[in-house]
Amino acid sequence: MKTLKNHLGLITSLVIVILIAIAPIVSGNAASREVVFTILRAIVLASSLNILLGYTGYVSFGHIVFFGFGGYVGFYLITAQGQSLWVAMLAGGVVSGLLAYLLGKAILRLRGAYFALATIGVNEAVRAFINNFEPFGGPTGMTMNFSVYQEYGGAMKALEMSFYIMLVLALLVVVLSYVVRTSKFGLGLLAIREDEDAAEVMGVVAPDAKTWAFVLSAIFPGMVGALFFFKNGSVEPLDAFPLHTSIEMIVMVMLGGQGTVLGPILGAAGYQRMRGLLVTSPIFKNIQLAVSGGLLLLIVLFVPAGVIGWARQRWPKLRRVLQ
Amino acid sequence: MKRSFTILLALVLALSLVLAACQPKAPAATETSGGESGGETTAKTQTLVIGFTASQTGKYNVSSGRQVNGLNLWMKQINEAGGIKLSDGTVVTFKAVSYDDESNKDRVQELYTRLATEDNADLLISPYSSGLTAAAAVIAEQYGKVMLTTGAASDATYKQGYTKVFQMYTPASRYLTGAVDLLAKTDPSVKKVAFVYENSKFSTAVVEAAKEYAASKGYDVVLFEGYDPETTDFGPFINKIQDAGAEAILGGGHFQDGSAFARQLYEKNVPVKFVTLLVAPPEPDFADLGDAAVGIIGPSQWEPLAAFKPDFGPTGKEFEDAYMAAYSEEPSYHSAGGYAAGLVLEKAIRDADSTDPDAIKAALDNMDLTLFFGKIKFDTSPEAHGLQIGHSMIYIQWQKDGDKLGKQVVWPEDGATAEVLYPLH
Amino acid sequence: MDFILASLADGLLLGFIYGIAAMGLTLIWGVMNVINLAHGPIIALGMFTVYLLFTFLGIPPYLGVLLAAVFGLLLGIVIYVIAVQRVIDAPHLSSLLATFSVNMIIIGIGTAIFSTSPRNIDLQLWSISLGPVTLQGTRVVASFIAVLVTAGLYYFLYRTRQGKYIRAVANNRAAAELVGIPSNRVLALSFGIGAMLATIAGALIATFLPFNILAGGTYELKSFVIGVLGGLGNPVGALVGGLILGLLEGIVPTFTQTTWVPVIEFVLFVIILLVRPNGLFGAKQ
Repeated sequence: MKTLKNHLGLITSLVIVILIAIAPIVSGNAASREVVFTILRAIVLASSLNILLGYTGYVSFGHIVFFGFGGYVGFYLITAQGQSLWVAMLAGGVVSGLLAYLLGKAILRLRGAYFALATIGVNEAVRAFINNFEPFGGPTGMTMNFSVYQEYGGAMKALEMSFYIMLVLALLVVVLSYVVRTSKFGLGLLAIREDEDAAEVMGVVAPDAKTWAFVLSAIFPGMVGALFFFKNGSVEPLDAFPLHTSIEMIVMVMLGGQGTVLGPILGAAGYQRMRGLLVTSPIFKNIQLAVSGGLLLLIVLFVPAGVIGWARQRWPKLRRVLQ
Repeated sequence: MKRSFTILLALVLALSLVLAACQPKAPAATETSGGESGGETTAKTQTLVIGFTASQTGKYNVSSGRQVNGLNLWMKQINEAGGIKLSDGTVVTFKAVSYDDESNKDRVQELYTRLATEDNADLLISPYSSGLTAAAAVIAEQYGKVMLTTGAASDATYKQGYTKVFQMYTPASRYLTGAVDLLAKTDPSVKKVAFVYENSKFSTAVVEAAKEYAASKGYDVVLFEGYDPETTDFGPFINKIQDAGAEAILGGGHFQDGSAFARQLYEKNVPVKFVTLLVAPPEPDFADLGDAAVGIIGPSQWEPLAAFKPDFGPTGKEFEDAYMAAYSEEPSYHSAGGYAAGLVLEKAIRDADSTDPDAIKAALDNMDLTLFFGKIKFDTSPEAHGLQIGHSMIYIQWQKDGDKLGKQVVWPEDGATAEVLYPLH
Repeated sequence: MDFILASLADGLLLGFIYGIAAMGLTLIWGVMNVINLAHGPIIALGMFTVYLLFTFLGIPPYLGVLLAAVFGLLLGIVIYVIAVQRVIDAPHLSSLLATFSVNMIIIGIGTAIFSTSPRNIDLQLWSISLGPVTLQGTRVVASFIAVLVTAGLYYFLYRTRQGKYIRAVANNRAAAELVGIPSNRVLALSFGIGAMLATIAGALIATFLPFNILAGGTYELKSFVIGVLGGLGNPVGALVGGLILGLLEGIVPTFTQTTWVPVIEFVLFVIILLVRPNGLFGAKQ
């Protein structure tokens, strides 16, 4: 009982993820399952990014590179090597983590805006490279034969299965995010966010801590990439490395509250929901991007801590629940 | 003041989050249906739902919009004519349900799933572009819905083992082969050709097939190079073309890059004899290039000038007039493709004399007809089921008649309206 | 040899335009440490200003460039007052996101009004052929204007009172305020000039290349690379950085597939960020 109470923040977050996913599980409705799939994908990406952005304060503007790279490697394993989805997802996660490790060693030395610029450069460089890389199909990407789905009980079952895998990934990433935040390692990260030099004086080995945060934030996007393109049936450079999705991830984290566990979840769900509504509303359809932009501006200018950050300041008593 | 604003904002946000947590409801779809004027009052009416996504925003919005216009025109006409009467007395009318895919693959599968399940679409039409169609085809196949694809020429989609997907356009592999034939016929002395093309699924598929074809005809491919889709400056390619001493250029991609390429070839006085580019030349807006457009050849799925004798549906002229009356603009081949997709569905339902999906699929498998759009016949082999094997491209060239710039059909020979202008320089 | 000469000339001409496109970005960074992520859309607005004036009012494109500059100056000041002013001292993330939301607003409204169809200004000037090299008149004129603008900016920054204020604020804002320089007004003016340089670049590009509302994005990315090459915060370095990038784009395709150019560009970009974050000519850290 005591332990449960200690981890109220984690429980709240997990319950909310399950609540978001509950409708299609109960009703078995495929259309709402697809909508929730998109939301869950956003939750995984935003929560992953939060481990870097929220905890260490380093802004990765090209985080989608891990989604695309993991997705490409996973897709290649399925189509060209005949591997199973499980191997592909594992590999996607591992190579993305590895890429983050190598990159982290190099570019995490840069601070502030210089780091942000470097991540944009990395994303563009990787995309341009894949565009020229023939084993991955070069500019035209790769497609998957429909018969691959037969191994998973047919396409219908495969897509349903993808949804449940995504749900599991979302729950796992929330646990990871919570564990990091409440661990000593996480405290070190938060110290880096506040003042990196001071943190080093206090005994935080900043370069290592930052690199591991970067790696942790890259693994899940890589796995999601492999799953997403498996479900999609094809992969192309432009779909795999969209810079705008990187920025949307940041927006989701900011919206919900950077540096909290629950924030990115609510931010991702809220942002996706809002876009879904705007895209299909006859009034806002044409200017949905402008409306999203206006909303983002208001948040940045007036509520920079995001919804959860704001609620935590407003009602300190809720802090235990809203982690 | 500032404080109350902050609270208000937070409330709005909180509300949207609550909404997010609730069960997602289907957003309002755009529904269009023509007047339902059933002739016989006793007849049973059945309304078939045709589902598709359109790129109302994003980079494909022009082409996609024309395709949808064409389809809607067909639907309006058939509904106003009282629908299709089957032999058992059922009257079949149509209704369209569509969503905006933002020219973006992210939501295509989500939207097609919704069309197939929530909206109970009976028949599907593809989105515009090969990339989006590849994503939609998985869903169509999975829910066993027949899907006609327009604006999706890439061959690869039809080689993934699908059985319900049918292609309206001449596939990419046969897009430029006619241009090679035209060149061989016009000037057998030309040997050096350069392929410069957009790095996209569609263009690459086109040029790879054309390159192989050209090589088999004894051409020397002196340059074979792709450019990124957002390329606007063709200086490096033009220099390479000149360096390689190419006499003919084949390639291009979409409208923006194709027209820029043509313009810069002209400004740089590149001494080539023959230029054929994809997609851009058939578009009416290509005329804006003025003198730079003269002599440029382009493959087209359909042209108002082409006079096929249809054995079903309207003639090209009738279609063009109806389209002009409805949208007050000239139809492009995208418009014609959308309209023809409707005609093919109509014919399949008439042939099947039923609205049963399996019967419609069988009718499509057996289809062999000529529309104003050209011949339509689908591959039924398991390796490439649904690939278009009847339709073929026509080639137009921009020519000057006095001071007036206009398109002329120059290939195939039996449909030609003018001699090919050759050489360019 | 002919081939390389022609490629060099093309690259050089393009380099001047790249340089001026990056100058605005790097000026804003130098003065207020803000990376303006709305840079691309502002370039695109410059393109559309010239296009609309030319197509609907028949105003000659080169006069349009001047009007686009005025428009850019005002637009920049408005963006500064609404979006940037409040976050100027906040962490980097805030100013990045604030300018990015301006990006979304401009692109959103622009797409609704203009759609994303390609536009073209039908302006054909002479072409000069010097041996193997053919120079298009529009590009030569644009490069010439780019050099003039750079010289003008240099004069403004070093010879006028306002320009000196800007340099003072860039150097040390607190100190500048102490000696009575109205720093907020100076910052607004700097942002305005940064946006003005962007619209001028867009306007010039529009005279010889096709564009749509999203076209600025490419130049924004290139501007990052150029800014880092020439040293972020160094406007004149930007012109040199632009020329280097232009030459690179001219030369690289002579020995490999052109699609490798962006790979080389962005790898170089990351390496320079790591090794010489103050630019090739900046002081070593």
